[in-house]
Parts: sequence; structure tokens; C-alpha cells
Amino acid sequence: MLTVDALSCARGGLAVLHGVGFVLNPGEVLILRGPNGIGKTTLLRTVAGLQPPVAGRIDAPAEGLAYAAHADGLKAQMTVVENLEFWSAIFGGPPIDEALRAFDLVGLRSRLAQNLSAGQKRRLGLARLLVTGRPVWILDEPTVSLDRASVALFADAVRAHCAAGGSALIATHIDLGLQAEVLDLTPFRAEGAPGEASPRPRADAPTDPFDDEAFL
Amino acid sequence: MIRLFLRDLALGVRAGGGFGLGLAFFLILVVLVPFGVGPEPQFLSRIAPGILWVGALLACLLSLDRIFQLDFEDGSLDLLAVAPVPLEGVTAAKALAHWVTTGLPLVLIAPLLGVLLNLPGPAYSYMILSLAIGTPALSFIGAFGAALTVGLKRGGLLLSLLVLPLYVPTLIFGAETVRRGAEGLPVGTPLAMLAGISLAVVALLPFAAAAALRINLR
Repeated sequence: MLTVDALSCARGGLAVLHGVGFVLNPGEVLILRGPNGIGKTTLLRTVAGLQPPVAGRIDAPAEGLAYAAHADGLKAQMTVVENLEFWSAIFGGPPIDEALRAFDLVGLRSRLAQNLSAGQKRRLGLARLLVTGRPVWILDEPTVSLDRASVALFADAVRAHCAAGGSALIATHIDLGLQAEVLDLTPFRAEGAPGEASPRPRADAPTDPFDDEAFL
Repeated sequence: MIRLFLRDLALGVRAGGGFGLGLAFFLILVVLVPFGVGPEPQFLSRIAPGILWVGALLACLLSLDRIFQLDFEDGSLDLLAVAPVPLEGVTAAKALAHWVTTGLPLVLIAPLLGVLLNLPGPAYSYMILSLAIGTPALSFIGAFGAALTVGLKRGGLLLSLLVLPLYVPTLIFGAETVRRGAEGLPVGTPLAMLAGISLAVVALLPFAAAAALRINLR
């Protein structure tokens, strides 16, 4: 369904990952792991088609990918239903009722997105995946700010998605309780990638005040 | 695409959408000019076409950075880029929505404000006509500038500097149309040039804006 072969990708002009390869079949979940800064987000953005690969090949079904990143793409002045219906219309996906139920948003239907809590926003952002109707989910830290019950809802949604022949590529640090392959990205770190030669300074070490900007 | 256009319209007129910003700026500018330059009717009616056009242009400029910046910040732009809609269509829909929420109100209120500046009678129809033809060009050029500066924090200054020179031809032919109309001269040439600029900009710049967005999203 999704084949990535000898993929190299770069962020801000610096190579971060080299020679990444995996195959994602229908019904499978692949979890990406690796320390902060290894290039999980960069890899996911490259696979999603938001940036071109430096080298290598990505075979993905045409218009088969749904991408969810740190930002949920919600409009604060629109209600939960309006936000979801917009994305459903853009993707030509299924009606939104199922997605509202799956992420326990039915009671929040007419609430403005700006009045949702961080976890509720996240749930709405994830519900968007269901209304895209796309088979391959590409998820970057999907469980940030979710409580335990919501993580379980999310895991159920991924299970249902896979049972229906979909698949998911997930970068996460926590155990979702899913039956999944795990790909550790550490061996694929590109030579000279930031972070390899100079590990991040310890919190108590004196730091360059401008150093932080590199991570913004 | 139509949904995106409608969404941007709705966001534009809801709270915090910046719908009234350009309009209020235009109003304030035109009200203040007679205080600044003096109340002589002859003098005011001579400078009225230029003031109205410059005011409309600056009012348009005010809200340009919102076209893509808000969508960039909340992640919608990433999602739209992977959605089954062409990015060229996205930029065109967003520029059009900007025109309807910013340019069109200016067109409609300009004749009212023309009274404040003692705009000569025959010039009113040309004022509306030239603004109606010219302001879409302002929105589409602005969308291109906004696409170029979308990743920058507080890129508004750079955006203004990039866009202002591109606005000059529209301003020249737009104001010239009204000036000639006010003096009863034929307006065919500047009006045709203005329409030509608008059509070319509307046809070509969505593609340039989409290309700029693709680079900025990397």
C-alpha cells in the first residue's frame, strides 16, 4: 500500500535521515520511534508529499494519504460540526456523524473550536482523519494532550481503520496498545546530521542564549 | 473549492475576521484628508480620485497577511496542500474571498466617501467602475505576496515592500480613469489597461502563489 525505499530527507537544508525503507501493507500499523530531533516529523512530511525527498522512492496510492500533524487545522471561530464538515467536503469523504461518535464529540457539536480544551481540539483533529475517507493515515504525535480514555478512543479508531483495510504510520513516544511493527529511526541518522556530533547540552550546562532558536 | 471560498467568507465576517478593518481604515483616511489639506472644494475635487484610490489600495494592503498566515499557523495550509484540491485553486479561492470581504465593500462605500471629498458628479460612475475592475488585481497580487512571505514571523513589512511596487500600475490606471472621467475626457485607454492588468493578474498569479506556497511549506 505504501512503500518507502532508500529514502533520504532533509530539514532546513541539512540531511537528517538516510536510507530509510519500509513497507506498509493494508491492515498494518507502523510505529516510528527515535529521540527528539531524529527526523520523525521530517520523514512524515516527506512521505505525505509536503516536501520532496533528497533521494529514494515513495510509492503511495494516488490521493490515498491523510496527514495529521502537531497543529490540528481547526478554525477557532467555527463550530465542531462546521470544522469537520469543511474537511469532509474538501476531501469528498463520508458524512461526519460516525467521526463525531468515534471520538466522543457528539455532545460538543455546536461548540466553537476556540472554546474546546486542548484534548478536545486534538480529538476533533483526529476525527478529521475519519472524514477524509483515505486509507493511509500519517500521524505525527497523535496522542499529545489526550487523556487515557481519549488515547483508548484513538487506539480503537486506528484498530477499526485497520480492520477495514486501512493502515497507519504513526510517530509516537507512548505505547498505544496496538498490534504494530516498530521502526527505530536511530540507525538511519544521516552522517553529519544535527545532534549527532554535538549532543544537546544538559539543562544545568551554560547555554548559548541563541541556541534555542534553532529548535523553533 | 467553493467550500473553501465560503469558509473564508464566513471566517472573514465573524468575530476577529478583519472584515471591518479595511473599511474603517478607508473611512478614517477619507474623513481626515479634508482636515489635513484644507476644505477648499476645488482643491478637494481635484485630489479626490487619487485619495480614494490610494485609500482603497492601503486598506486592501492592511489585511493581506491574513490570507495565508492564519491557515499556516493553525496547520490548515498543510492539510489543504495534501487535500484533493489543486493548490492553484486554493490560492485563487482565498484571493477571491479576500476580495469579497475587503475589496467589494470598498467599491460599495467609495461613492459615499466621494461626497466627503467633493468628487465631481460625472466621476462617480467611473469611480465605482474602476474600483470594481481594479480591486480584484489588488487582492490577487496581494495573495501572491502573502504566499511568498507566509512562513515568516511578522512578515507584514516585507509583504508591503514586495507588493507596493506591483500595485503601482493598478493605481496609476485606476486613478487616471477617475480623473479623466471627472474632466469629461475619454476613459477608454486607462480603463482598458486597468482591465488588462486585472485579467492577467487573476489568470496568472494563482499559479505563482501556489508555487511560492509549495516552497514555503517545505
